Amino acid sequence: MTNKEASKSLPVVVTIIAAVMLTIVPLPSWADSFRPDWIVLTLIFWAMMLPRTWSIGWAWIIGIFIDVAQGTLLGQHALALCFVIFITVRFHLLMRVFPMSQLTATVFALLAMYQFVLFWINGVAGFGAPTITYWGPVISGTLLWPIVFSFLSGLRFRLRSRA
Amino acid sequence: MVATRANSSSTARIPALGLRVLILIFLSILLMVLDHRQNHLQSVRKAIGIAVYPVQIVVDAPFRLWAWARESLTSRNELHLEVSRLQAERLLLSARLQRLTALEAENARLRNLLEARAIVRDEVRVAEIMAVDTNPYGHNLVIDVGERDGAYNGQAIVDADGVVGQITETGYLTSQAMFITHPSHALPVEVNRNGLRTIAKGTGAFDRLDLPFLPNNADVRAGDLLVTSGLGGAFPAGYPVAVITSVNRIPQEPFADVTATPSAAVDQVREVMLIFTGENPAAAPVRDDD
Repeated sequence: MTNKEASKSLPVVVTIIAAVMLTIVPLPSWADSFRPDWIVLTLIFWAMMLPRTWSIGWAWIIGIFIDVAQGTLLGQHALALCFVIFITVRFHLLMRVFPMSQLTATVFALLAMYQFVLFWINGVAGFGAPTITYWGPVISGTLLWPIVFSFLSGLRFRLRSRA
Repeated sequence: MVATRANSSSTARIPALGLRVLILIFLSILLMVLDHRQNHLQSVRKAIGIAVYPVQIVVDAPFRLWAWARESLTSRNELHLEVSRLQAERLLLSARLQRLTALEAENARLRNLLEARAIVRDEVRVAEIMAVDTNPYGHNLVIDVGERDGAYNGQAIVDADGVVGQITETGYLTSQAMFITHPSHALPVEVNRNGLRTIAKGTGAFDRLDLPFLPNNADVRAGDLLVTSGLGGAFPAGYPVAVITSVNRIPQEPFADVTATPSAAVDQVREVMLIFTGENPAAAPVRDDD
């Protein structure tokens, strides 16, 4: 039983670690402002598909890891991720039946919410920055969502059919 | 309970989701307040930092591999060219160094005459940048030198051309640092030409520093070199910081609008140097009269 559980959560763990890597890999500064929030995209997918195992608790823990890796305020990304994943889990049944265009629009809203929480906390803590810079990741993340979605669901079905 | 059915069916509702999210949000806010107001969470950060370290190593590996491959695959001809270039450079530098040694000796003699404290030579250690904050206005970085190697809070970081930033938080194996271009970073500098002291503030853009406290009649020009004055205590004196790019004197304003470009290629460096001054400046008394 535990073995089966482990093999089921392995792809999730691997994709999340890959997303963490993509998040902290250094990029040239022009590309940096358009770096998509890989972790948010990955977690939205898994929270939508497996909301009982990959829910807000894990989102919070991963958020704390990002905070430490990037040196932001401890709890900032944790709070933002937790909030976004809460909404995803709450509406996961609805989101599963959405057509791609509607789902992408939802992901856009979720990413914007994520950046807004980060922006808000930065503002309260006194690290103000122009609002325009927060839109880069939202736009690139939304554009990449269909690719991320089809990649992850392809991975999921392949592994499931093999098991 | 959680593992009963991993794939929830149509009627499934996640139990106590609202309660859990409230608890986690409360916990995050508590953590952020503790982290921001007091520095109680240093040890927590350090513990998690050790767990993050392997991921950072793996991310960094391809870059190291690429650098290594490029080094080992360069052709003999290129190596030959590089050796001759380096030899020429070394000759030039050693010629300059000779003059410097003479000047240093003279300086020490004069200082002795003035009974001033002898300047301690700074020790340096090379560090590599492992990650840069993804927030474009964050201007923070992570380097691969930590407490194990003797790094301390407030330690100055330079590259070959000038000051890059300073350490804000040390971990065991890695440290967090702040670029001089961070919007909340200010650095005491002086104009190399005439010794005029002022403060250089970060702007959030990698190629610009602001000098907001220079009066309209201050003797500054575009092209002036700014060096660290050593007055804040964190940075040793005499390292180049920036070159003034524009001086805009607005008659009705009390201060001139002066901007400068950092000498160090702040957004391009991979390797930096940590400066170990003779004494730990964090322990030095703060002087209020500057």
